[in-house]
Amino acid sequence: MSKITDMTKTHNWSGQKLVSIDHMLFEAPRTKHFMTGSEVLKEAVKRATVDASVSYPITPQSEAAHLIGELWAEGYVGVYFRGENEFGVMSEVAGCSMAGARTITTTSGPGTLRAMENFAQWSGTRAPMQLVLMARGINSPLTIQPDNLEVQYLLETGCMIWYAENVQELFDMSLAAFTVAEQPDVHVPIITAVDGFFVSHTREAVELPEDDIALHPYDPYAAPLPPIDSEMPPGRFLRDPFVMKSNYISYATHASWQWEIRSAVERSKRYARHLLKGLVHVTGNEDAEIAFVTCGTASNQAKEGQRELEKLGIKSKVIKLRTIRPFPEEELEEALKGVKHVFVPEFNVVGWLANEVKAKLYGKVDVNIHAGPRVAGGMSLPAEAIIQEVMEVVNPGKGA
Amino acid sequence: MANQGPAYYSPYPAATYEGVITPPEGKALLLEDVVDEETAMREVARVMLTSENATIFPGPQVLYGWNEEAKKKATLIKEMADVLNAKMIPMYDYRPKYPKIDAEVEINPNHPNLTIWHNNIKAAIFIGVHCHYANVALKIVRAETDCYTIAICGLSGHEDAMATLRDQHSHELEKFIKIAKEVKAELGK
Repeated sequence: MSKITDMTKTHNWSGQKLVSIDHMLFEAPRTKHFMTGSEVLKEAVKRATVDASVSYPITPQSEAAHLIGELWAEGYVGVYFRGENEFGVMSEVAGCSMAGARTITTTSGPGTLRAMENFAQWSGTRAPMQLVLMARGINSPLTIQPDNLEVQYLLETGCMIWYAENVQELFDMSLAAFTVAEQPDVHVPIITAVDGFFVSHTREAVELPEDDIALHPYDPYAAPLPPIDSEMPPGRFLRDPFVMKSNYISYATHASWQWEIRSAVERSKRYARHLLKGLVHVTGNEDAEIAFVTCGTASNQAKEGQRELEKLGIKSKVIKLRTIRPFPEEELEEALKGVKHVFVPEFNVVGWLANEVKAKLYGKVDVNIHAGPRVAGGMSLPAEAIIQEVMEVVNPGKGA
Repeated sequence: MANQGPAYYSPYPAATYEGVITPPEGKALLLEDVVDEETAMREVARVMLTSENATIFPGPQVLYGWNEEAKKKATLIKEMADVLNAKMIPMYDYRPKYPKIDAEVEINPNHPNLTIWHNNIKAAIFIGVHCHYANVALKIVRAETDCYTIAICGLSGHEDAMATLRDQHSHELEKFIKIAKEVKAELGK
């Protein structure tokens, strides 16, 4: 087992050559593999010089957590252990990150909600850890089926949220995520979301760089906060929090602190634009009057719908949002020029993405926003359902 | 009060919500404008030399000798204060100060306005303050005072300051001191 002291300027403790994120994502030669989302996450962590990972099993992320544990046994991850439950895991992850470790964990569904308080605490302490969320249902009666309602609960935690459509995006995003989250002027936690089962358990073709290279380690001394020692100044704010005191000025600090965290999420845009090659990806007809605004695997289904509509002589396009926090308003507005109808297909009952789109576009563009189609509880979203929704709007009363 | 900066009056303004972001590498920020580093240095020197009670707020990263660069920077900051005719009030650490802050001898990121009010400071340089605390302090200062704030930052800069210089290490501080001397001579100070 290698030790952290084995790190050199050119190689990490497992002997991998240290490279820039640009080299990893854009320059290093790649070969084709056939992997599930869980397996591909292991490959990403293997190339990320990760110091610490904490896990707790819950479907469908258990396999990914297990595979990261294998990486520890193989000498690629510095510290790995199982927490007592998801709340414990997210607290322990915070401790690792605040101590200056590049840290990753995974969770799903009810585990996300059990851990919820921690996500706001993560962002409040400006710790740049990564959570890979493999979304699943959270409702009673108990379900383990695909559903992404839990993302709605995470929207206002102060964490960045990116959304991958497939295993390739999961690999690239989870590497880029560390880099963006650790930028000194960003430095907030990041949630990389995928739809559980559809991505975590589906085997797809994926292009990977060789595993003898890895990202440079995290530098906690470039953090906007000193690496935390909760007893000693200057990092003693956790033990002596300003909000606990009745000082008349504490409201100013707390309000500014919250604005600052959200400002940090906004500052991440320029880094994400570069590493993700844009905050939105647009496919289909440029001059379409019908657009689908999507994230995750709903994008894939919408693209299928777009191709079928094309056969019917109806032009449409798919605007896939790759970041939800920060929300890419400018890019979305640009992509919607000339569009008359927007449809928001989703895998949840409430339509949180449609709500987001409506809120962000209110008063800015002259389009009709249709909050659907959406399915929940593990149902699939076939192209037929998308086509039917469109035809009922553009061809009322006659259906598809 | 609070009439400077891109967000104008707001209880707790945030420049990013006005579309202002930190400057790219090699550039600086004056209010909403991205400018050359030297242009910003000249304006910073002018403001400091012509404002009432101009003050430098050095933070823990230059107050404590935890590496050679910190020691070198600290020496240069003292020279900078002499050139700019500026006072120095340190930000020793980031804990809230209770029962009350001693505004004559220190500034704190949780209530920086108290120090600025008490000393009637109209221009200030923040240097060596960890970025998150600098950003919090700069937001409060902009909301609660009419002080012109300047961030001299070793990392990416601070859009909530009225002037931002980024990637500032000892070499850049030496350059700034040279420019400040020229501006001082031009102003006849």
